[in-house]
Amino acid sequence: MKKLPSLDVTQTYEGFSVSLQGVWVKESIQKLDLAFSTLTCKPKASYTFDLSGITDFDTHGIMLILHHTKKLEAQGCSIFKIGASESLEKLLSICELHYPKEKVEEKKELFILSFLENVGKDLFEGYKTLSSFFAFTGELTHFVIAAFFKPFTIRLKATLYHIEQSGAGALPIILLTSFLIGIVIAYQGATQLEKFGANIFIVEMVTISAVRELAPLLTAIVIAGRSASAYAAQIGVMKITDEVDAMSSMGFSPWNFLVLPRLFALIISLPLLVFFADIISVFGGMVIATTKLDVSFVEFIDRIKQTVALKHLIIGLIKAPIFGCIIATIGCFRGFQIDSSTESVGKYTTISVVNAIFWVIAVDAIISVLLTEMGL
Amino acid sequence: MKNHVIIEAKNIVTTFGRNVIHDGINFKIQKGEIFGLLGGSGSGKTTLLREMIMLQKTRAGQMLILGTDVQTASSKMAQKLRQKWGVLFQFGALFTSLTILENVTIAMREYTDLPDWLIEESALMKLSMVGLPPKVANMYPSELSGGMKKRAGLARALALDPKLLFLDEPTSGLDPQSARAFDELILTLRDTLGITVVMVTHDKDTIANVLDRFVILGNKIVLFEGTMELLKQTTNDELKKFLS
Repeated sequence: MKKLPSLDVTQTYEGFSVSLQGVWVKESIQKLDLAFSTLTCKPKASYTFDLSGITDFDTHGIMLILHHTKKLEAQGCSIFKIGASESLEKLLSICELHYPKEKVEEKKELFILSFLENVGKDLFEGYKTLSSFFAFTGELTHFVIAAFFKPFTIRLKATLYHIEQSGAGALPIILLTSFLIGIVIAYQGATQLEKFGANIFIVEMVTISAVRELAPLLTAIVIAGRSASAYAAQIGVMKITDEVDAMSSMGFSPWNFLVLPRLFALIISLPLLVFFADIISVFGGMVIATTKLDVSFVEFIDRIKQTVALKHLIIGLIKAPIFGCIIATIGCFRGFQIDSSTESVGKYTTISVVNAIFWVIAVDAIISVLLTEMGL
Repeated sequence: MKNHVIIEAKNIVTTFGRNVIHDGINFKIQKGEIFGLLGGSGSGKTTLLREMIMLQKTRAGQMLILGTDVQTASSKMAQKLRQKWGVLFQFGALFTSLTILENVTIAMREYTDLPDWLIEESALMKLSMVGLPPKVANMYPSELSGGMKKRAGLARALALDPKLLFLDEPTSGLDPQSARAFDELILTLRDTLGITVVMVTHDKDTIANVLDRFVILGNKIVLFEGTMELLKQTTNDELKKFLS
């Protein structure tokens, strides 16, 4: 039978004799700690710890003994340890050697100071991010121009791979969302137009809003969610596993191998995706126009030819590569910001998507205002 | 109770797709032993280690650890077993979102009801044991070098005073001096706490000075099982490569 862990104190004429017994392992620590707290210190007394009764021990038990004997020692008591078995003696001396001399304490600061510190840090971080983003876009522009002068340095295979992944792969979800958006605009418009008996105007409403604004914007948002995150995570993990460093040390520029293929892939595939989105969203509108407003497919298409100017389609398609450029640049930039911690992968991947979507919408707003002011 | 078998591998077969890694591996590890898994690259040492700690499934055969077949253990049994061993991964595998001190204390906080001060002191003591200065305690893994991460990983593996310690190439990436200190530490822990150590290693000095017994894996089977003395008598050319 295992002996219950215990601690017996007897007073001798030399001082105190403390007999430790039983198993001194982590499971019995709580009880033993309590027993120790009854051990009061008489200044300058001598304590003899008899360790011969300890049947089993681990480092936690030993730390408990050390903790309390050190406390007694600090109060001027003299401590003797006797009767330890060979292995206990050995572990005891190792633990004593490595006993933490000072507590490692986290600095506690005034709330207002840490608040100011955090604000300052954030501001400085923001400034640093902004300047490194400018540096990134600058370098990117340099490599893009260089690539135009030496087209054979463009990694065609990688570019095609990314067109397939980010472009063709996104087609189903983009078709579905743009179809639904076409339905939504037409449906909302239909109830209003019906009141005025202006059923036929559904054509202009759906077609212009879809091809000029909604299809490009929606496509860009879907791609930002899909590809900005993917680019950031891919490049970030490559950074963590030192692949990026390995590349540069072998003379393969990460710009040519990682960034340009992704950038070109999105610049090429976004207008194509937008074109598909245009067709399908208008089709969605047509379906509602037929069922709700009795405007047949033929009437609808005839009306598009007569009243909807080609410029709306072209404006929508011109915006697409700009959005692609924004998404790829932000995705890659955030990817290169990822450092060695796994947490930063999640952080910068999220930021990349949020940034990309925000800038797509912001740039769309700017273009929209500019073009309208210019009378287009 | 002497010569108590802690780990027993019976006819282990492992395959990755069509690729056969192990084809009938057998060995026994006794209590208190420092046992080595040796073999060339691709011989499946780390895979075998991962099978012991339930990170990978075997295709066939039994892996008995402390009398439990880990391949068929219930999740409750498995969870119990996991608290009895400590694992050091090849690159430390520290949690990057936690400080070094938190990395070492997390298991103690989760699985024991030790008082906070004792958890902290034990953790600091263990960091010091593996040769890390106290100032690293509040640092994050990304601020440490590879060798230091490994030491911190060992401190984390030792946190609960496990009876069984699995080490994946503990001395690789350490400077020779630290590697020998690491060996010393393993020996002391075995002598004082009576733990059993299973390690994958390539380090010739570790093999010669620390290991009690070892197996050499190759050609999908165990080529050799025994002590260094036994290996020295071998006439097999393939095995002689392991003698330096």
